[in-house]
Amino acid sequence: MRIRLLAGLALGSLALTACASTPTATTPAASTAAPATTSASPTAQAPAGSVAGTLTIWADDKRAAALKTVADKFAAENSVKVNIQAVSQDLQNTFVTASQAGNAPDIVVGAHDWIGNLVQNSAISPVSLTDKAAFDPKALAATTYDGQTYGVPYMRENIALIRNTDLAPTAPATLDDLIAKGKELKAANKVSEILCLPVGQNGDVYHMMPLMSAGGGSFFAYDAATGKFDPKNLTIASPKTIAAMEKIKAIGETAATPVLKRSIGNDNAISTFTGGKCAFLVSGPWATADIKKANIKYDITAIPTWKEGGFPASQFYGAGTFYVAAKGKNATLAQEFVTNYVSKVETQVALYNAEARPPALTAALDQVKAADPDLQKFLDAGKDAIPMPAIPAMGKVWDPVGKAQAAIVGGADVTSTLKSAETALKAAIG
Amino acid sequence: MSSPTVQPTTAKAPAPSRPRGLGLSSSTPLALFGKVVGLGLVAAVTVWMAPPLLATRSWLMLALLLLSAAAIFFIYLQPWKIPPKYLVPGVVFLIAFQIIPVVFTVSTAFTNFGDGHRGTKEEAIAAIQAGSVQPVAGAPEYYLTVATQGDPATGPIVMLLVDPATKTVQVGTAEGLQPAENAQVSDNFKVTAIDGGYTILNLGQASARAADLAQLTVPTAQGAIKNNGLSRAVEGKATRLYDAACDCIREAATGATWTADGTIGYFVDAAGNNLDQGWQVNVGLANWAKPFQDSTLRTHFVGMVVWNFAFALISVFGTFAVGLLMAMALNSDKVRGLRFYRVLIVLPYAMPAFAMLLVWRDMFNQDFGLINNLFHLNVNWFGEPTAAKIAVLLVQFWLGYPYMFLVTTGALQAIPSDLVEAASVDGASRFFAFRTVTLPLLFVATAPLLISSFAFNFNNFNAIRLTSDGGPFPPDSPSLGATDLLISYTYRLAGFSGGGGAQYGLAAAMSILIFLIVAAVSIVSFRRTAALEDIN
Repeated sequence: MRIRLLAGLALGSLALTACASTPTATTPAASTAAPATTSASPTAQAPAGSVAGTLTIWADDKRAAALKTVADKFAAENSVKVNIQAVSQDLQNTFVTASQAGNAPDIVVGAHDWIGNLVQNSAISPVSLTDKAAFDPKALAATTYDGQTYGVPYMRENIALIRNTDLAPTAPATLDDLIAKGKELKAANKVSEILCLPVGQNGDVYHMMPLMSAGGGSFFAYDAATGKFDPKNLTIASPKTIAAMEKIKAIGETAATPVLKRSIGNDNAISTFTGGKCAFLVSGPWATADIKKANIKYDITAIPTWKEGGFPASQFYGAGTFYVAAKGKNATLAQEFVTNYVSKVETQVALYNAEARPPALTAALDQVKAADPDLQKFLDAGKDAIPMPAIPAMGKVWDPVGKAQAAIVGGADVTSTLKSAETALKAAIG
Repeated sequence: MSSPTVQPTTAKAPAPSRPRGLGLSSSTPLALFGKVVGLGLVAAVTVWMAPPLLATRSWLMLALLLLSAAAIFFIYLQPWKIPPKYLVPGVVFLIAFQIIPVVFTVSTAFTNFGDGHRGTKEEAIAAIQAGSVQPVAGAPEYYLTVATQGDPATGPIVMLLVDPATKTVQVGTAEGLQPAENAQVSDNFKVTAIDGGYTILNLGQASARAADLAQLTVPTAQGAIKNNGLSRAVEGKATRLYDAACDCIREAATGATWTADGTIGYFVDAAGNNLDQGWQVNVGLANWAKPFQDSTLRTHFVGMVVWNFAFALISVFGTFAVGLLMAMALNSDKVRGLRFYRVLIVLPYAMPAFAMLLVWRDMFNQDFGLINNLFHLNVNWFGEPTAAKIAVLLVQFWLGYPYMFLVTTGALQAIPSDLVEAASVDGASRFFAFRTVTLPLLFVATAPLLISSFAFNFNNFNAIRLTSDGGPFPPDSPSLGATDLLISYTYRLAGFSGGGGAQYGLAAAMSILIFLIVAAVSIVSFRRTAALEDIN
């Protein structure tokens, strides 16, 4: 089974490489690559006829439902069958395991920061995008890994400050203003919490990111010019990060009126906001449905930074991405769907209609944003957002750094806690 | 049950009464039907599994498959040979569900199998080369029309490539590019007509030939043209190539090299940076040594093991005590509505533990949880080590006592009441009679259950993962929390808690170590409980 897959893989890539080196026939690469191609071809031909014409797509529950109309249209236009399978739990890992076992789908839909892990497991193929200028540059940067484009982005998302306009009519200009307003409301018994920002018992790096970067903190050295993170150069215990986390500790549980609390986590932050218990919520586009249902008047603005010595409160930028599986059975159809169909404006508009997230194509966003002002507000709030690092090392950050941040919110010593997190991170990255 | 040897060997016509196998003898129509279906299934599975093995030339596996199928047929088609007929299903399941997983776990424990090291070196090389393909600078972004020479279903595939800038058409085959004759191009850059015996495929026909198209590579001077789906094509060139002479990957443009390191399964450059794509290698005892090299574990190991034992023992004996108390209270005929109470008590057992654990986690929330609000407390349950330990144990009690209640109710009812009565006639107090008569008899019946319950709770991953998730974590050790069990710590150490970065090899080694601990405890306990048997 694996060899059969390997054969397909070899044909897709080695053929190119073998041919690439034929003109200069003296390189040894040509002689090694060529036999692999020839020996693989007899087995690769065997299953060809049986599977042609069926495209299998894996996505999570929500995405799978949203894909239905788009996939049906593609199926009708190309007279093929499209199978959408919802994988509700742990899609990324399920996909990698299935790829290795030879049961991979042709396409998988996921977040852009999976790329590093999917590439190191040889689970996805690069794609060739023809009209790159049509995409949001950040979405393109997010799906580019090691100089290669690995997927087609279809939506972008970032968190922002969502405000209950009945309680707080004006957007706070600084974090200090936000906290002051929150305290005022709490003193007047209008709210019980100052800020609904998910921390949780074991930390939430994603939602803490804007506050951490507002103080100048970071995980890895980041080169803004190349957009590359250096996992060997950890900045999690650098003086700047320590200073940033000191500011977070100062508004943590040991403060007279705590702003950040471990009792507010991902599972109750939105419900606390919709329950009217706090005036400010840090969350993403996924929160608006619940807020509308609760009939709360809201506005979306940028997360402000500190009044003094503040850096931009950058949050993470995420791009929803279609990937072509490296070991899928129908690579050609998968490429056609991902590179030539998902990159169409009408496809992205249809995907938006099924699930309201800002499309990654600028033209598609322009079409839909008039009817949905929230989209542009979220994007404006995320103008300083940095694409979430897609390097495999990022997967190892969440756990130790989240726990360190939770401990600091709980009142632990900042310097020693971050040093321990750095040690744990170094051991994990290796 | 008759055995073949007892059959009288007279010279009569072939004995109509063949030895009866359990349901698989052909003596009744139903049994015959069962046999036909069963053997049919075996044949079907064999036929289903054979082609992939044939295709991959796994002769050994194929031989094993055919041999086992033949053996099963042989055994069940023979009228005699009764013992194997009973043994075969058990042996098959034993091999499939016990021996293979154990062998697989043990063999994995000596490798670096995990994210980045899942496949073979050849797969890694193929992925590195494929990932390095870059479009040739200045090459047109071709529009593609798929065509064949001759029949659309079987003829050799060719690419009709349209340069959108000039609308010129070229024919791409495995030999290379040739100019097309008399090609007509539509406004959306599709070739609509062409000379030279080519058949233009519509989308349906083209998708049916997708796999053949994927195999077509058109060589060019700078690289090669591959299709990009069914409607576009790209001229690309691999920038990184494998060089067998130095066993390394070389980047043509920069001359940078990454040399294969067979001990870690990566291509590594001079500075020690590796390419992402690695392969699976044997790492010997490295996985076994890692837990002992980890500084966090070395410092906190004793504390964690003590807590792990305490968690399992308190869970077992605590739930046993609560369950026993309730069972004794409800074992009396004087209680009204006995059945109602019993149903009420068993309820927690009937609810899915998975959901209940999450509900309990939320009830322990400091600011919004039911428990603090109800009792007007302000305890940060999962934020303080002692409170977190109490909280997870409380949840364990609630989830576990109905089981112990059921077990002890059954056991109590089996203890003859005249034994206790005899004790009281002899002048024993009720407590003394309970301690010397009822309890030992109860232990005889429940000891194996208590031991298995201990083994289960020792590795009760869900109880920790879904409530405290091992926390709270001391500021100096973000990888080992106050309520971590060996199993939940292993889960984190092996990298399963983040997205990607799983190390299955390490996890396998750790789980074998945990197994050894549980097995040792169980063996000792069973030895001890053997003494209880003397009571009877």
